[in-house]
Amino acid sequence: MMKNEMNLQFSALSQNESFARVTVAAFIAQLDPTMDELTEIKTVISEAVTNAIIHGYEGSPDGMVYISVLMEEGKVDIVIRDEGMGISDVEEARQPLYTSKPELERSGMGFTIMENFMDEVEVRSEPGFGTEIRLKKHLTKSKALCN
Amino acid sequence: MSLAISMEIKNNVLCIRLSGELDHHTADELREQATKALESENVRHIVLNLEELSFMDSSGLGVILGRYKQIKQLHGEMIVCAISAPVKRLFDMSGLFKIVRLEPTEEYALERLGA
Repeated sequence: MMKNEMNLQFSALSQNESFARVTVAAFIAQLDPTMDELTEIKTVISEAVTNAIIHGYEGSPDGMVYISVLMEEGKVDIVIRDEGMGISDVEEARQPLYTSKPELERSGMGFTIMENFMDEVEVRSEPGFGTEIRLKKHLTKSKALCN
Repeated sequence: MSLAISMEIKNNVLCIRLSGELDHHTADELREQATKALESENVRHIVLNLEELSFMDSSGLGVILGRYKQIKQLHGEMIVCAISAPVKRLFDMSGLFKIVRLEPTEEYALERLGA
């Protein structure tokens, strides 16, 4: 399969969380993923976009969230990026149940879910400049085709 | 798609039925409505019916855990019922089943609570 790419950018508003995960799922549907894989991808998009809105921009709707998706040979490569406040300690943020905002009833499970549902999770962040999350996943059907 | 919340009090049990998608955006509405019901009505326990819930993420876990803490303060219990496989995976991952009981249907859940 040839390389297929898309880019999306939208305001950091919570009502766009659903828009983002449905849009990415619709794009990836071209690879004929299983229902489980589609749910996993929708969930991780939701987690990363929610992080950008709540933590990156701290609820300010002026910020923009950027998503790019690249599909190549049954592999999906997703980047979710914000230009918000960044994460000072990425290792701490990735710990299960860790949250910097317990008063907002955050579960602290966002990164744990991303790590469970994707093959690779890479977090790059610079305080004051923003955060970039890179997620990679091989789809099973494509794996079978490769073998 | 958003979230539809329906609530009913049976004896002293608050039955919360969710339909649609529970994420950060819709969690606020659920938190508000459930908290209002817990504060104004004579409620002892919560049954959370997720039969019609088509999507949930970690924001859903957070708001459910928040209601669990609220009902615990009233010395009550929370039971979750009719949960789908993807939602169950998130519950398992977070360890929420260590504190929240799972039943197959709302009827079983109410029976458990003697309501």
